[in-house]
Amino acid sequence: MIARLFNFHGGVKPDAHKNESANAPIQPAPMPSRLVVPLRQSTRATARCIVSPGQHVLKGERIGDPEGTLGTAVHAPTSGTVVEFGLHPLAHPSGLNTRCVVIEPDGEDRWVERHPFDYHTATREQALAQLRDCGIVGLGGATFPSHVKLGRGSGIDTLILNGAECEPWITCDDRLMRERAADILAGASILRELIGARRLVVGIEDNKPEAIAAMQAAAGGIEGDVAVVAVPSLYPAGGEKQLIRVLTGVEIPYGKLGAEFGVQCFNVGTAHAVYRALAHGEPLISRVLTLTGNVSRPGNYEVLIGTPISHLLALCAPKPDTDRTLMGGPMMGFALPRLDVPVVKGTNCIISASPTLFPPPQPEQPCIRCGECARACPAELQPFELYWFSRALNFGKAQEYNLFDCIECGCCSYVCPSHIPLVDYYRFAKSEIWAREREKSAADQARDRFEFRNYRQEREKEEKAAKLAAKAAETRAKMADKGAAEEAPANADADPKKALIAAALARAKAQKEAAPVRNTEALSPETEKEIAEIDARRIKAALIDPATPAGDTPSERSPESTS
Amino acid sequence: MIHSPYIRKPASVQRVMLNVLLALTPGIAAYVWQIGAGILVNLAIASVTAVAAEVLMLSLRRRPVMLAATDLSAIVTAWLIALAFPSIVPWWLTVFAVLVAIVAVKHLYGGLGQNPFNPAMAAYCTMIVAYPSLMSQWPAAGTVSFDTQLQLILGGLREIDAVTGATALDALRTGLRGDANVGTLLQTAPFGLFGGRGWEWIAGGYLLGGLFLLLTRTITWHLPTGFLAGLALTSGVLWLFHPDQFASPMFHLASGGAMLAAFFIVTDPVSGATTPRGKLIFAAGIGLIAYLIRAFGAYPEGIAFAVLLMNICVPLIDMKTQPAVFGHRGGRQS
Amino acid sequence: MLSALLIMTGIALVLGAALGYAAIRFKVEGDPLVEKIDAILPQTQCGQCSYPGCKPYAEAIAKGEADINQCPPGGEEGIRKLADLLGREFKPLSEEHGVEKPKSVALIDEQTCIGCTLCIQACPVDAIVGAAKQMHTVVEPLCTGCELCLAPCPVDCITMVQIPDTVQTWKWKYPVIELRKSA
Ligand code: SF4
Ligand code: SF4
Ligand code: SF4
Ligand code: SF4
Repeated sequence: MIARLFNFHGGVKPDAHKNESANAPIQPAPMPSRLVVPLRQSTRATARCIVSPGQHVLKGERIGDPEGTLGTAVHAPTSGTVVEFGLHPLAHPSGLNTRCVVIEPDGEDRWVERHPFDYHTATREQALAQLRDCGIVGLGGATFPSHVKLGRGSGIDTLILNGAECEPWITCDDRLMRERAADILAGASILRELIGARRLVVGIEDNKPEAIAAMQAAAGGIEGDVAVVAVPSLYPAGGEKQLIRVLTGVEIPYGKLGAEFGVQCFNVGTAHAVYRALAHGEPLISRVLTLTGNVSRPGNYEVLIGTPISHLLALCAPKPDTDRTLMGGPMMGFALPRLDVPVVKGTNCIISASPTLFPPPQPEQPCIRCGECARACPAELQPFELYWFSRALNFGKAQEYNLFDCIECGCCSYVCPSHIPLVDYYRFAKSEIWAREREKSAADQARDRFEFRNYRQEREKEEKAAKLAAKAAETRAKMADKGAAEEAPANADADPKKALIAAALARAKAQKEAAPVRNTEALSPETEKEIAEIDARRIKAALIDPATPAGDTPSERSPESTS
Repeated sequence: MIHSPYIRKPASVQRVMLNVLLALTPGIAAYVWQIGAGILVNLAIASVTAVAAEVLMLSLRRRPVMLAATDLSAIVTAWLIALAFPSIVPWWLTVFAVLVAIVAVKHLYGGLGQNPFNPAMAAYCTMIVAYPSLMSQWPAAGTVSFDTQLQLILGGLREIDAVTGATALDALRTGLRGDANVGTLLQTAPFGLFGGRGWEWIAGGYLLGGLFLLLTRTITWHLPTGFLAGLALTSGVLWLFHPDQFASPMFHLASGGAMLAAFFIVTDPVSGATTPRGKLIFAAGIGLIAYLIRAFGAYPEGIAFAVLLMNICVPLIDMKTQPAVFGHRGGRQS
Repeated sequence: MLSALLIMTGIALVLGAALGYAAIRFKVEGDPLVEKIDAILPQTQCGQCSYPGCKPYAEAIAKGEADINQCPPGGEEGIRKLADLLGREFKPLSEEHGVEKPKSVALIDEQTCIGCTLCIQACPVDAIVGAAKQMHTVVEPLCTGCELCLAPCPVDCITMVQIPDTVQTWKWKYPVIELRKSA
């Protein structure tokens, strides 16, 4: 058992608002008429589409292959027909489009063949591949692929299960733990085995006594060192780094993985998905999310990935004064730019916002350096310094003051008496820094390539010059031979002069021969023949004037040349 | 587009400033009780001038007037000036000082949040350099009637010596320049139990207000503690060696503006250090310099100069005392 | 009087020595100026600055032959950085050299391309691949958007297309500071 808890610096205690939806059991959401499944389902990776419009797919059939190290597979959430593969807006603050597969359900909801995966007999790699192929990503919101998180697994002592759910309003993990505690813990013990951890610690905020009780009851059925721990309710206790700190005292800095410190952390929803993937062979095609806020019927629903948000809103009936819809919690979520966007794997909550529940921010005032933000910052930063630097576009300084350690939890903005949207400045500064890094590496690459090209041209010029010189020398030698044979010693003075002129002429001729600069030097005789043939054809078709390399009527050129 | 967080703690600059004003009231009450109601007139003059100057500067700088003028920060500055000055200075001096603070020190540097110097203390320094005699005439506790105070303030009466006595700090330094030693000096008129007679009560009032600020988390413990410790330690060391020549730490803490400074002046967030360690260094530095000026300098009270001197050091202190960031301390922490 | 003078001189000497020492002790071993200037230039290699590439322009700036406001792709920000580096005044982009444009890449209309290789020869960063008489393609991530390939193309099949924002490259905007109208 855990002997003691640690605390983290700062944190805030916003009104929890969990009661609105905490008592509504998880229900399956009705099937929408269209599912829009984005292929971008994990951080920084978009799957490759492997279906085409018109194709019939079964529930759980793979529609996207994993691409890259962070890629995971994407599956059809129900059986039906693929009607489109194209760009649709993503649930993202930018509202930008991403590649999506649109499926029209056939209403049968027929599963593809599923096979339980025996992870005891399989190798670790096979198990990880199974997770990737089932599209398992972190369901806490970050959608980091779980197989990658497990991948480096050795030297892990503690596996932490994150059931803290510290953001106000959200209750999906709470309900999941109350209703499916056994499955979650089964998934967690699979994860524990895969990662080679000795103990399993479940951290749950102490404002969820039912969930703690359910998990504790289920923990009895799990072998080994399992502890279900109530952690103090203090936002952001559910932040991965903060929870690890609270439960183990270990602090994981920015850019480091928990693995280096002997701990790894998974969300309870992820553990549940892992259990379904391995024990039942079911890919991740649905998730539990909370519908709440300014609505008449708040609740928790099991929702297929790809379900449009507007379809879900019909279930909870937002009240008339709703002016925005938030995805995620009020501390770290974002307002949806539009409502036809689909649910993705990271969607844990949809909140209907009204001016009464979420009043518009008061006007910004100057920072008075009161230090409230620093007292609230769980990353122990000096948010106002970061703010000054970001605002002044002094990104170097901002990075020096550890801008990237900011977890964008929003505590600083929450407490600031001057109502400064501090986190907006950090998000701005971070994306600006990333953009500059991209630009910088592009520029570096361009510089290298430019320099290499110059070097290459220089070299080619030299080679050509050498070739010409050799040729000229040859001609001169020939001339000299000829001259010596034919002409008698007529005029001793004229002879070298003549030879010189002849040599110059020869040089000019040789130059003329070499003049049309073409990328045809290193071609094999066959290709040259081919090219000659094409040329002949073109000339015949009167497409190009033999004198100039290009024709005037290119649009009518013969079909062969398009290949 | 508004981004997260979508919820905010009900906090505002106005509320912070209001807390400060509230915390000043016990001290002011003690002031009125011990010295007389003249201070209220000064407070009123300072407040009106401050708000007027604020509105004027904001509109000149084309800033939103309503919001900034009602944030109460100007009133806090005004009250601190009135409380730091002798309560019988003529009205125009108060007005002048407030204008210096608001116009020159605050707005010419960019307004609230931008001023590198504590406005009230900068105004104090300006005035004590410009009008040294007016700035060192303090009403003796309980001896000057409200009428006389009013006349002094509004400019009619300038028969100063008749009504004022030297403050405890003044008396101490002039006494020590002569042949007296601390022990005998402390028996004389301006001294009370610990500090100046009457002023002890006022200091007590400020202390009470300071505790209120600590309780409401308007200020952190670092600044007052650092300042009081800095002052007490330096005075304590000298007092231990030469009790004849130097007054006790208790005397120093309870006299002059020490308590006002500890909780209300040193704690000005804008011009002060911001990191926890930085705050301690900053405040202790003020305590140290203030004591040195009191004991060896040309002015009886040195807090204002000490504050300005340390204000200059703030960027350096902040830079050198950046606290370790989460996860950057290395390894396991308890 | 004399002692005051002596003290002042003494202080001046000590400070001077300290400063001199610091200058030697903390001397920054920097890259040569040209490299530093080149690092700021966008490496588009477009020649709009009237030099055959960014490096030559950098050299010209270092020698004092060229002004700092001749690079349109670098834009205002680039000029600002150059001004900072060289300790000069910022000046707006000189109009004769062009205007700042959103970043674009070249796109060859593959239906029209006749495979003449002229654009390959023009491209400063070898971003176009293709063999003679074969269709050519721009390797998009390599293209700097210099537009040098547009003019040589005999059939005008190259166009510049603006790079669209994607979820990966989308940037958060600078937070708007809400200013109430002054009363
Ligand atoms: S809480 Fe706001 S006003 Fe206070 S220091 Fe931080 S940013 Fe400045
Ligand atoms: S958003 Fe960043 S700076 Fe603000 S409190 Fe959270 S971690 Fe600290
Ligand atoms: S104008 Fe073009 S070639 Fe000249 S420096 Fe700028 S990007 Fe480089
Ligand atoms: S492809 Fe064209 S626009 Fe792109 S770098 Fe090459 S020459 Fe410039």
